Amino acid sequence: MREIGKQEIEDIAVGAALLGTGGGGDPYIGKLMALQAIEEHGPVTVLDLDEVPDDALVVPSSMMGAPTVMLEKIPSGEEAIEAFQKLEEYLGKKIYATFPIEAGGVNSMLPFALAARLGLPVIDADGMGRAFPELQMVTFYLDGISATPAVIADEKGNTAVLSTIDNVWTERIARAATIQMGGSVMNAMYSMTGKNLKESGIRNILKLEEEIGRTIRLAKANNVNAIQEVLKTVGGFELFRGKVTDINRKTETGFARGVATFEGVGEYKNETLQLRFQNEHLLAQTEKRLLCVTPDLIAVLDAETGLPITTEGIRYGSRCVVIGIPCHPKWRTEKGIETVGPKYFGYDVDYIPVEELVHKEVTK
Amino acid sequence: MGTYRIGIDVGGTHTDAVLLDENNKVISETKSSTTEDVATGIYKAMNEIITSAKVSREDIHYAMLGTTHCTNAIVERKGLNKIAVVRIGAPATLAVKPLIGVPEELRETLGKYVYLVRGGHEFDGREIVSLDEEHLYKIAEEVKGKVDSIAVTSVFSPVSRDHEERARDIFKEVLGEAVAISLSSEIGSVGLLERENATILNASVVNVAKTAADGFINALKDEGIEANVFFGQNDGTLMSVEYAVRYPIFTVACGPTNSLRGASYLGDLSDAIVVDVGGTTSDVGVLINSFPRESSLEVEIGGARTNFRMPDLISIGLGGGTIVRIQENGDFTIGPDSVGYRLPEKAMIFGGDTLTTTDVAVALGKIELGDSSKVAHLDKELLNSVYLKIVELVEEAIDKMKTSADPIPVILVGGGSILLPTELKGASKVIRPEHSGVANAIGSAISQVSGQIEKIYLLDEIGREKALESAKSEAKAEAINAGADPNSLVIVDIEDVPLAYLPGNATRVRVKAAGELDRKVENAVG
Repeated sequence: MREIGKQEIEDIAVGAALLGTGGGGDPYIGKLMALQAIEEHGPVTVLDLDEVPDDALVVPSSMMGAPTVMLEKIPSGEEAIEAFQKLEEYLGKKIYATFPIEAGGVNSMLPFALAARLGLPVIDADGMGRAFPELQMVTFYLDGISATPAVIADEKGNTAVLSTIDNVWTERIARAATIQMGGSVMNAMYSMTGKNLKESGIRNILKLEEEIGRTIRLAKANNVNAIQEVLKTVGGFELFRGKVTDINRKTETGFARGVATFEGVGEYKNETLQLRFQNEHLLAQTEKRLLCVTPDLIAVLDAETGLPITTEGIRYGSRCVVIGIPCHPKWRTEKGIETVGPKYFGYDVDYIPVEELVHKEVTK
Repeated sequence: MGTYRIGIDVGGTHTDAVLLDENNKVISETKSSTTEDVATGIYKAMNEIITSAKVSREDIHYAMLGTTHCTNAIVERKGLNKIAVVRIGAPATLAVKPLIGVPEELRETLGKYVYLVRGGHEFDGREIVSLDEEHLYKIAEEVKGKVDSIAVTSVFSPVSRDHEERARDIFKEVLGEAVAISLSSEIGSVGLLERENATILNASVVNVAKTAADGFINALKDEGIEANVFFGQNDGTLMSVEYAVRYPIFTVACGPTNSLRGASYLGDLSDAIVVDVGGTTSDVGVLINSFPRESSLEVEIGGARTNFRMPDLISIGLGGGTIVRIQENGDFTIGPDSVGYRLPEKAMIFGGDTLTTTDVAVALGKIELGDSSKVAHLDKELLNSVYLKIVELVEEAIDKMKTSADPIPVILVGGGSILLPTELKGASKVIRPEHSGVANAIGSAISQVSGQIEKIYLLDEIGREKALESAKSEAKAEAINAGADPNSLVIVDIEDVPLAYLPGNATRVRVKAAGELDRKVENAVG
């Protein structure tokens, strides 16, 4: 058990942006929500997964919809509370603690805003170990945990309880309702027991995020190379160094798809990297080599500061280092690859672990 | 009888002024020190160019001012308006209150009267809830006599400005015309906090802008000049005095913009990289279609995050006064500190004791300035490696701004640009045009008039073509409103960005139109 204050929130936000692999939306709003809630209600208690009783009811708190909408129509803070209360009412049981559904963008911060207000603890675990765009793309789904009963809530006071036949239907219905509710809602989905989370969740994600954030923050003061330090922290590999020379975005079926092209510098001179993304960075390849592919993580870092860059933030002329990080082993199973592998996103390549692609040993 | 225009650029160190004829030929120019009160420096510079030009005062029809008045006021928290902050959006948005995330002392100064009112819109233009007009009337009564400027920001006002306009009407009704009202929909784009911050900053410098405008107009009158007065804005176009006083925040980055635009004119190039070398720093920017490329990142002003369009610049700590330090073992450092405006007393070639980049260039015979014998004793080989490093710093900055490896023309401007060679890596050619020392004042004088709009369209409903057409005609109407000649209008920028995760193909469209000053305005004056 430990306490999370404002500095920890700042660090976790940076770490979450990195593990968010370019997607999940700008964590800025979520961070401000968490900071305001902590300022008004005090620090948040974080529990190690082992501290959670097996029979406890635990529920992640997250948003659904367009991050751009949330940047404009910021939540009231009541939506998440209403969603939790409605779910407690429906299940007839008190919620013991909350946790982040994913390690990325705004969703990594929202549990803290809610926890500070309700005095709930946050569990150090999540359902992705990174960020993904769709509801069923969680390790809980791989283990057959249902997203429903689920509640979505808007700032106007509307709530909807969803009880669906599977997670794909949850996604469909929730998305349709989200549009009517104004494009961005808070939800309480994937309620489960402490035991479920111990079996299916990804542990110590907040610790990792905080360590990444702190490493980058202190790198300059300690006069060390931020990116090398980050690679050690996450057990990742440098894939490429270069300058963004082209960025091509288009929207298909509601997702920001696109390709960013990097021209190599230093040892990568005369090579060109293409980075394909759909909200998240999903595939990195040069003319000759595949370097990293989903579900392994691909993060783009500012070459100077080591700070992560989102897909929206990639711009012409940016000097970047692209890194690859092995994903959680749960994603490397047959069902994992089927759910979030390259084929699911429409890329005609087979999944090969990043460490094999770069011929390196996994160090972590 | 000719038609002349005055261009003035007030920077942190220098106040530059130029007088141009109707063909934009430079008749006279001056560079003088910026004074503490800013106004005195303007009077002095203006007087100098008019006196030395020997043109009839009646023939000066335009006066354009680019100024850092508002920027300084915000940074120094000086002379700011007493403001009220009104956000329309409750019950949404309460999780992040206004001014969270801005520096504490700015929050204290500007956050005395903060109100959250029920209202605002959804992304598709529906009301979240209806506007709480009663609350607005109550707020108006409460702030009466206590504030002289109000910032109003409503959720999704870039999609529908109804609630902001209604709020303005209510405040005007209760408080009269004396209280300035800033509406966020007229200032920024989607992104509530950034737009709200920009609107708050705008509301806080209304008086500063008014004082600057009055000062400038009075200075002109004292000189016996009856000219049409314009202010330069961030995007390199002009706005009328009335507009500048309502939207002073649009002037905060006009300095670098003016120098880029001036470089474009002087170098006769519409697409190039511009290196503006000052005394302390060099700014490197990019010209696209004669306008500065804008930054896609959030911009902080006085520590507050805003979402203005600002010129995309890299600033490096290298100028004519940058201090060069050489150690016993031959290692050296360049800057980042500088002797700045004290170059004429501090530099070795002027009899001072500090080795500057200018001294290095003189010692190597790159330029002729001051007394070169004072640096003749220095180790040439070592200075050569210092000089190579200086050039390398600039080349690196240029390369960072490029979008491809193709060589691109580079224009050098600014007082310190004499330091740099006429060949640079990555440049197809290097131009150092005449009058390059006052490129910023020239940029101010030759600016066009523009109009810009930014809106969200649902492309599934109206189609991309129609959306773009509608945006274009609105932008043109804005430009004509601002004083542009309808016949000279061109669309200078179109950007459409799809919004992720939303159906209906919701897309943010931004269009800018720009044109020459309307001759009718000129006739009316001349």
